[in-house]
Amino acid sequence: MSFLAHYNYHLAIILAMIGLYTMISRTNLVKKVAGLNIFQVSVFILFISLGVLDGGTVPILKEGYSAYSNPLPHVLILTAIVVGVATTAVALALVVRIHEAYGTVEEDQVQAKDEEP
Amino acid sequence: MDTVIDVLLLAFLAICAVSILRLRDLFAMAMMFGLFSLISAGLFTTMHAPDVAFTEAAVGAGISTILILATLAQTARREQPVPTRSKWLPLAIVCVTGAALIYGTVDLPAFGDPAAPAHNHVAPYYLQESYNDIGIPNVVASILASYRGYDTLGEVVVVFSAVIGVLALLGLRARPPGIVAGPVRRLDHRAVLKVIAKLVVPVILLFALYVQFHGEYSPGGGFQAGVIFAAAIILYALVFGLDEARRVIKPQLLQRLPAIGVLIFGGVGLLTMLLGGNYLAYNALGENPQKAQQTGIILVEIGVGVTVASVMLLIYFTFAERGRGRKADEGDGGSSA
Amino acid sequence: MALALDILSWFLILVGGAFGIIGGIGLLRLPDFFSRIHAASITDSMCAPCIIGGLMLQSGLTLVTVKLAFLIVFLFLTSPTASHALAKAALHGGLDPGEEHPSARTRQAQGDAAREGAQG
Repeated sequence: MSFLAHYNYHLAIILAMIGLYTMISRTNLVKKVAGLNIFQVSVFILFISLGVLDGGTVPILKEGYSAYSNPLPHVLILTAIVVGVATTAVALALVVRIHEAYGTVEEDQVQAKDEEP
Repeated sequence: MDTVIDVLLLAFLAICAVSILRLRDLFAMAMMFGLFSLISAGLFTTMHAPDVAFTEAAVGAGISTILILATLAQTARREQPVPTRSKWLPLAIVCVTGAALIYGTVDLPAFGDPAAPAHNHVAPYYLQESYNDIGIPNVVASILASYRGYDTLGEVVVVFSAVIGVLALLGLRARPPGIVAGPVRRLDHRAVLKVIAKLVVPVILLFALYVQFHGEYSPGGGFQAGVIFAAAIILYALVFGLDEARRVIKPQLLQRLPAIGVLIFGGVGLLTMLLGGNYLAYNALGENPQKAQQTGIILVEIGVGVTVASVMLLIYFTFAERGRGRKADEGDGGSSA
Repeated sequence: MALALDILSWFLILVGGAFGIIGGIGLLRLPDFFSRIHAASITDSMCAPCIIGGLMLQSGLTLVTVKLAFLIVFLFLTSPTASHALAKAALHGGLDPGEEHPSARTRQAQGDAAREGAQG
């Protein structure tokens, strides 16, 4: 029953593919940034799923508990989340500047304006 | 039972993602984006990761959503899809990539398997030795600030460079011609919002300090505290106006704070080198190794909190200042000069 | 005693969930914007405190209960404020609350009949 053993990974990959589809098929730049964020969150889910232990608990040491989930993916994903919001902020600043320069945030209209003589 | 909750939450996430994909009204898409982050925070909690859930809820549902709304307020409100564009090529690419990735994950160990390599190399060392080496219960905080301190230093510098990037793009004085800063609107008729904001903002600031310093015993730490602090000031700015919020934290100070935070973090490393140890080896900070480690962790987390709070605030103020007086076009062509 | 607390907490959590579902049905089925805000806001202000109250009974007299009590106070303050802000923004944006309400036509008809009765 491979699905029951790996359902988290498969569903995270499906989410990643929805995010990827949003990024490559939509022309609106803000929507592309949102798709990038969906992709990032699905990668976070994949990583955290790798660190979950059956029967374990939150990795905060306390008497009475001996099995903890792996804390290392939590640390890596904490870093990744903050780096993700930094990326989103710079991307959205670029979108604002593009709108000021071209008057639109649709990718095909921006390219058309660029090709005008 | 855990399986059912996980699958339900992941299904909700997929529905949210599909609706983000299909919504034409971008303000509604921003709200679905906030909902997506919040549900993923719930998913992280059920997967035993409350630190990550905390950060994702604060950062994703808070800061990212606000930045998207601030961008939408200055650009277009509706998406204008191109009807002639083919949908089959992206769909084919996505299906092939997804199939390849799913084929790759079939070999992974089962979800939660105790014999997986993830649970058998470095993780047992951290879980068993962390209390002897450092002495704080939250293993995630001890790994973040002490065992993997270099990564956190790199992350703080990345956040700092992000604010430099946003300032370089939007924060300098040049404004496009024809756009003037809008007038300051009087907000006297928003009595309910003002009263509640005055009640709630000090509590949020206090909670940010609690999360900062209690992050060694419970989920929390510098990042979450910085984001919550910034969220309190952003709430104040939204209710009382940007100029009032600028009077709370002067811009000159706010522009220097990210650098001060990075310097605090890097300075602790230099201090340990001056005291005879390696860079960021907190054992050099005192006699008792556990107390020295805890001192180092507190100092470093303060640096992280200062940088993250000031960066989030600075980015929001920059976006808001740039968008002053401009209205988003409704999306019918939108071609101005 | 423990059984009574358990039953009470189950009851509170189930009632909170029922409020949430009712609010969701109202959000989907009510005709116009302001009645939808009304449904969502009222049921939400009841749903979350009921569930948190049930959780408080589950966790006994510990620090967790105090934190949950703070959560209830915070939610009571901010959740109706958010609905108020939403309604105010809608009014400011130009959405007229009186326009689509079905009883507006009845009231107008009654007003017309009253005026005709006063004249006649």
